[in-house]
Amino acid sequence: MADRAPGFATLAVHAGAQPDPTTGARATPIYQTTSFVFDDVDHAASLFGLQAFGNIYTRIGNPTNAVLEERVAALEGGTAALAVASGHAAEFLIFHALLQPGDEFVASKKLYGGSINQFNHSYKSFNWNVVWADQDDVSSFERAITPKTKAIFIESIANPAGEITDIAAISAIAKKHGLPLIVDNTLATPYLIRPFEHGADIIVHSATKFLGGHGNSIGGVIVDGGSFDWIKSGRYPFLTSPRPEYGGIVLAETFGNFAFAIATRVLGLRDLGPALSPFNAFQILTGIETLPLRMERHCANALKVAEFLSTHAKVAWVSYPGLPGDKGHALAQKYTPKGAGAVFTFGLKGGFDAGVKLVSEVQLFSHLANVGDTRSLIIHPASTTHRQLSDAQKTVAGAGPEVVRLSVGIEDPADIIADLDKALGAV
Amino acid sequence: MGRPVNHDHYPDAYIRAILGEAKVVAMVGASANAVRPSYFVLKYLLDRGYRVHPVNPGLAGQEILGCRVYGSLAAIPEPVDMVDIFRNAEAAAAVVDEALALPTPPKVVWMQLSVRNDEAAARAETAGLKVVMNRCPKIELGRLSSEISWMGVNSRTISAKRAPQLKSGKFQKLGLRQTFEGSD
Repeated sequence: MADRAPGFATLAVHAGAQPDPTTGARATPIYQTTSFVFDDVDHAASLFGLQAFGNIYTRIGNPTNAVLEERVAALEGGTAALAVASGHAAEFLIFHALLQPGDEFVASKKLYGGSINQFNHSYKSFNWNVVWADQDDVSSFERAITPKTKAIFIESIANPAGEITDIAAISAIAKKHGLPLIVDNTLATPYLIRPFEHGADIIVHSATKFLGGHGNSIGGVIVDGGSFDWIKSGRYPFLTSPRPEYGGIVLAETFGNFAFAIATRVLGLRDLGPALSPFNAFQILTGIETLPLRMERHCANALKVAEFLSTHAKVAWVSYPGLPGDKGHALAQKYTPKGAGAVFTFGLKGGFDAGVKLVSEVQLFSHLANVGDTRSLIIHPASTTHRQLSDAQKTVAGAGPEVVRLSVGIEDPADIIADLDKALGAV
Repeated sequence: MGRPVNHDHYPDAYIRAILGEAKVVAMVGASANAVRPSYFVLKYLLDRGYRVHPVNPGLAGQEILGCRVYGSLAAIPEPVDMVDIFRNAEAAAAVVDEALALPTPPKVVWMQLSVRNDEAAARAETAGLKVVMNRCPKIELGRLSSEISWMGVNSRTISAKRAPQLKSGKFQKLGLRQTFEGSD
């Protein structure tokens, strides 16, 4: 009798969460506490020396957050995870573990605008240098690699246009050059794409979006694929040098295939501090329990809305890989057979002014800077999230003046379409 | 277990039975260096109530964490339930043969993460021993108690049963719990 891994929907409900060992509470308790008493002095020493599993202080770990971590690790098929205060904090801790001052990483040009800002500006303070590549020309990633390159960063479904990235092709380049591939899987979620199965080494999430799914809590998650051999590479001293903070321990040697997740916890989170509130972890966990149901509905609604827009007289174009005529449709068939996500863009023939007018006219869609909510959301990137970019950068990022981004919710699709139809009539 | 053990994939129940039944463990290749995994694991097994006899010819007669170190398995003055091997795959074969030659052989031979020797495993299994390879008992105890989940590690288990408290009364230590294993 061979045992069989539980299915995705079962993991979404159960992974990481058994009845509380002390009270029997079946829902995951919110451990709203800063600290945890030690069993005795020797136990404390073991915990601080990373020799025992256990809880010390919520900035390093918390039992509610730990359930979220294991839940996402299980859904992604990773070895371990770390939950932090936001998706941005997750990205920061990943690069903090990988880069030394003067190092470079290669990133796709098509990313969430916040990530573009973080990489272009904030990281300059640390002398971490982004080199941009074009996901529509996969070979550009290889050309961007130099002896200083330490990682490659892409989004599985790229913000804002919903384009699907050829993860396996970029992974092949990363492997050829001995680099870890980091995939932001926020817009896909593991329900649609499991990047480790396509060669990713590290996954990052803004759990704020579809994972939590209800637009009520900010959070981020780092998932360790356990696939990158840090010791063999020898280029990541954070993981392979003796750590003076822990008596000379070598993390990659001690923690094996979950060393990266541990490093971001016991060095990154401990020292830089972007801890997740246990209350937020609880909200996100509750959201994840219905992730498969919601994603199925999000994707079905998104396809209907994209079909509606693609025939509308005031719409110049629709970028949704779920549509048969879309340039990314072949990638969608390979990577997202269950649905091409629910965030995409379309262009208005009326340009910038039409975009501004449309977001003012909608009544069901919320005009705000988020995605992955139960509610349908709309934004005109050129006047909001991407306004600080130059016009050329806007166009490269898929956020030109005529572009409108939707995050299609789980309301009745007829109502979503009716709202857009009426608002388009006023444009 | 009527069928041969698949050493690429152990059912949780197999590991749980081994770790739940063993009381006395010989640890071959135990280190006195506090940052080495073979020291960590020794300390963790002691914390969980196992009686552990370190084996390391270079440290024979000394103590690690209050345990006397022996130069060989044969020098340990009592029968052991399990031999945990922190040596490379080639050296592990000799340790297995040494264990099989003991007046009272152990019930279990356990080879650490990255250590696997199928020929030696087959000899032990023919002699009626259970064998685990390429696993760490600390990680497995952490997984099956869910203690390791506190570190965000994917325990690859799910369960609607709560973990029992250990008799020691230490509440940041959990007993081994039942887990759901769907079967084909």
